[in-house]
Amino acid sequence: MRRLVSDTLIIAERNVIRLPRAPELLIGFTVQPIMFVLLFRYVLGGAIRTPGYSYVDFLLPGIIVQNTAFGGFATALGLNEDMRKGLIDRFRSLPMSRAAVLAGRTLSDVVTNALSLTILLITGVIIGFTFHTSFAHAVEGIGLLLLFGYAFSWVLAFVGLIVSSPETVNSVGFIVVFPLTFISSAFVPVASMPAGLRQFAEVNPFTVVVDAMRHLWLGAPAHNSVWGAVAWSLAIVAVFAPLAVMRYRRAAGG
Amino acid sequence: MTDGLAITDGPAIEVRGLMKSFGDVRALDGVDLTAGQGQVLGLLGPNGAGKTTLVRVLATLLRADAGNARVLGLDVQREAAALRELIGLAGQYAAVDENLTGLENLTMVGRLYGANRSSAKARGLDLLERFDLVEAAGRPTKTYSGGMRRRLDLAAALVAKPPVLFLDEPTTGLDPRSRLSLWAVIEGLVAEGTTVLLTTQYLDEADRLADTIAVIDHGRLIAEGTSDQLKDRLGGERLEVSLDQDADPEVAVRALAPMSDELPTAEVRLVRVGVRERDGAIVEAVRRLSEADVGVDDLALRRPTLDDVFLALTGHAAEEVAETQAPEQSA
Repeated sequence: MRRLVSDTLIIAERNVIRLPRAPELLIGFTVQPIMFVLLFRYVLGGAIRTPGYSYVDFLLPGIIVQNTAFGGFATALGLNEDMRKGLIDRFRSLPMSRAAVLAGRTLSDVVTNALSLTILLITGVIIGFTFHTSFAHAVEGIGLLLLFGYAFSWVLAFVGLIVSSPETVNSVGFIVVFPLTFISSAFVPVASMPAGLRQFAEVNPFTVVVDAMRHLWLGAPAHNSVWGAVAWSLAIVAVFAPLAVMRYRRAAGG
Repeated sequence: MTDGLAITDGPAIEVRGLMKSFGDVRALDGVDLTAGQGQVLGLLGPNGAGKTTLVRVLATLLRADAGNARVLGLDVQREAAALRELIGLAGQYAAVDENLTGLENLTMVGRLYGANRSSAKARGLDLLERFDLVEAAGRPTKTYSGGMRRRLDLAAALVAKPPVLFLDEPTTGLDPRSRLSLWAVIEGLVAEGTTVLLTTQYLDEADRLADTIAVIDHGRLIAEGTSDQLKDRLGGERLEVSLDQDADPEVAVRALAPMSDELPTAEVRLVRVGVRERDGAIVEAVRRLSEADVGVDDLALRRPTLDDVFLALTGHAAEEVAETQAPEQSA
């Protein structure tokens, strides 16, 4: 167990050191979300009705949750690259914890997520977002985001280990993450969706997390969604962490 | 970390009846191998022969379907965790993080072996010195040349001073100068008592580095022995005679025939024959040829090369096949 913790920290440190040296990834975590916020706020925002809130207040928690899900791509792409370049082989030949490479990878996503979260919040405030709740609730919201982002990184860790190329990581990621995040309460009120889609959106974990964020930041009715979001996060880790570690143990082993 | 001390009296590497299939492809089809401690075992074979698969099983990266393998007396499957403390692996592609510097790479590996940060760093600096990478120590490895990356990869495999080292085609794709310098490093390690299992498609590499050579093809061991033993299997020394402009090859063949159990071959003005005895063969050949009044331009005895051996064993030349076949599955 001590080995797991220390090895995890070593791997996480490695991933953080690399960040500023691979600027293309960093741009993905900074410039891209800003662009999304501006596009939604100014291009689509005018046409979307969000009773009770201005669209920028409604949008920001949603888009930040979506962005947090994309944060896991650093894990998927990073693991995929490590596998192709033989680094995973090296790690697997070392007397280190079998879970540390993945745990370190997902842990370093918390750092990148915190970074892009900060950038998005600043952008949001500049274009008119305001917190409607107490400071403590706002901080709880940030904590919840980082927890959910961490959990979702385990999903993408699994994806990164089972597909063969970074291109596939991207397409699998987009095919899964885009519909999941769009068919949710992130960008429009769920009530505006047609039947079928609406039922899906209502049970979608992204809706649960976005609703929890709106409760913590805007004071919207919670309906247990905060605990629901925590439960979803823990459940995702409980399912995908063992799956990913199992896959890692025989990674590239055919 | 054991500083190269032996932990068993038995062989360093012992492989019995190892089988591994990927779908329909039999990568290993019942391989038996033994390497003594401090020895260099060269695994020779074309791409796709099963060399990499064998190394991956021995390095605890891959489970075999059947058979068993022990390294330093430890079972590669059941005692994998203990074994990982004792082995180093350097692969076909240099497995270093290209966004970390040389020193950061080695320090990370050292810490993952359980060393603390400062001793891992000190060991990293030692290795960078030894591998002539001190000047590049602070640069991200993506700025390194191919040869520098291979040296760093090998250095990373040596961080914990493992008594057994697996080198999977360590010089494939390197320029001749880098190959020579890597060979010198490997010879240095062997001199210190490290056991090395080396896979290669290059016959000269096996010839120079390996104490014992195992030739594998299609997942099977097809020959094993020292370089000399393998060459002797081809029937000892070959005599090559270049004839004069106006000499008759037929006469030369008849004159030399009594020296061999086989019929000499003649190709334009070059006559080749395997001789029974090395001693006195040149003198006897000159005498027989001059008695037959055959003019000789040049004549030499040469040993069969490993190329001759490989050709005779597999029916194809090693490097020619390596170039035309698809790269070995990295699995």
